[in-house]
Amino acid sequence: MEHSKTANRIMFALLVFAAAVFLFPIFVVLMNSFKNKFSISQTPFVLPNGDTFAGITNYTTGVADTGFFSAFGWSLFITVFSVLAIVVFTSMTAWYIVRVKSVFTSIFYYALVFSMIVPFQMVMFTMSKTANTLGLDNPIGIILIYLGFGAGLSTFMFTGFIKSVPVQIEEAATIDGCNPAQTYWRIVFPILKPTAITVAILNTMWIWNDYLLPYLVIGHDYKTIPIAVQYLKGGYGSVDMGAMMAMLVLAIIPVVIFYLSCQKYIIKGVASGAVKG
Amino acid sequence: MGKAVKKYFALFVLPTLIAFVIAFAVPFLMGVYLSFTEFRTVSDAQFVGFANYIKAFSENNEFLFSLWFTVKFAVVSVFSINVLAFALALMLTRGIKGTNLFRTVFFMPNLIGGIVLGYIWQLIINGVLYKYGYSITSNPTFGFWGLVILMNWQMIGYMMIIYIAGIQNISTDILEAAKVDGANSFTTLFRIIIPSVMPSVTICLFLTITNSFKMFDPNLALTAGAPSKQTQMVALDIYNTFYSRSGYEGVGQAKAVMFFLVVAVIALLQLWFTRRKEVES
Repeated sequence: MEHSKTANRIMFALLVFAAAVFLFPIFVVLMNSFKNKFSISQTPFVLPNGDTFAGITNYTTGVADTGFFSAFGWSLFITVFSVLAIVVFTSMTAWYIVRVKSVFTSIFYYALVFSMIVPFQMVMFTMSKTANTLGLDNPIGIILIYLGFGAGLSTFMFTGFIKSVPVQIEEAATIDGCNPAQTYWRIVFPILKPTAITVAILNTMWIWNDYLLPYLVIGHDYKTIPIAVQYLKGGYGSVDMGAMMAMLVLAIIPVVIFYLSCQKYIIKGVASGAVKG
Repeated sequence: MGKAVKKYFALFVLPTLIAFVIAFAVPFLMGVYLSFTEFRTVSDAQFVGFANYIKAFSENNEFLFSLWFTVKFAVVSVFSINVLAFALALMLTRGIKGTNLFRTVFFMPNLIGGIVLGYIWQLIINGVLYKYGYSITSNPTFGFWGLVILMNWQMIGYMMIIYIAGIQNISTDILEAAKVDGANSFTTLFRIIIPSVMPSVTICLFLTITNSFKMFDPNLALTAGAPSKQTQMVALDIYNTFYSRSGYEGVGQAKAVMFFLVVAVIALLQLWFTRRKEVES
């Protein structure tokens, strides 16, 4: 469609303005992370100058106070392995549910769908108690918790896709001597790849940023990035604003890198995930 | 196919099933049961009937207040997010140069976690209010609008992506035909584009409503409910009932069950609407 040039010019100007509004908060945080901690709260919109410039001291104190690098490590560990577990196990379960029709599989399927609408607060207390009782309150155990909690949406998305996969291909593989495990990994899973990417992206965004679940389950002994940021606020003293700014910047950097490197998949995944969810 | 697969239950289903039972099924059922008991450590639960549910409303009005605050917040945010996201989606489907870059920028805040978002906006809002001698916690109205702005910043890009997908699905034939028939931009927008993207509208409304209701992390970071719990949303109220008042775990659980029911009703309404729309088309 042809549009008038003036209309497009006005819209371009509006978009530039909107983009500036969207980027402004991040810019302000970045700028303040280089100012000394007393010049932040009251004059956040002033650029650092000779008196207020603090170099990287905010970063060094912030990293030391929160144990940022260990938090980054735990966030990465928990996110990567939970997402792997979710993609591997829920896709297999989804295939089983679609191919084996029984009372059990349909009950399990509806239970999984049901879990999608239950808010976290409903189970937070009992779930963290259960995790504690069973000794799952560590970075390995929490992977099982994420698998169970993420199973609803992920299995739902996989089953939706598997229903459209023709069973004949799998039967041919069986005739050629594949057992179900081989059929699944050699034939079915490669077909599921686009859905697997979507599921992986949605779960990565959820688990990486999740605060309350890891705080309740492993927060006593281990910090993830959101816990480390919130930890700066804790206690009774006033917050070190410099360290806070530096931590916010360090928390945003991995997200921006992840976003810019897999942008195509993220935007596609979010769009298709929403349509199905 | 089914018979051969059936033997592989342990490999294909058991891991997910065990995790689901431990992380969700057992805690959910326990949660429903515990809402009718008084307890501190779960094992000491004493059945008390509906006492917790009554206490949730009668002891103080925190629960109702936070619920009402959440509803007001949801109404304002859902409206503003969807209007702005739709406007951006319209502008980004006209082939204006730089479209991809704009889309990248608008979506980015959606990937930043709620706690981080809360502190980013606390800095900005306090910085503006400081000039007038206030801070975000000096008046609940500031906290309310702070949460609304934060939520808009986070969700607009996400909804915009869904609207863009919806608009791009409209066949160009229809749009060309409208043009040939002499429809102006307004008629095209209200007679063709908006009716065609109704499925996207339903999805976006649902996502924004449920996300507004469940909001927790940004609330904790931005205001933590201050001043005096007046900017406390339901999720935060439930959390505080559980963890900052010993002896009120049962009341917290009863509130959680009611919160679940509210969210479930919204989800079912959404499902019903979507189904009805699908039948029509």
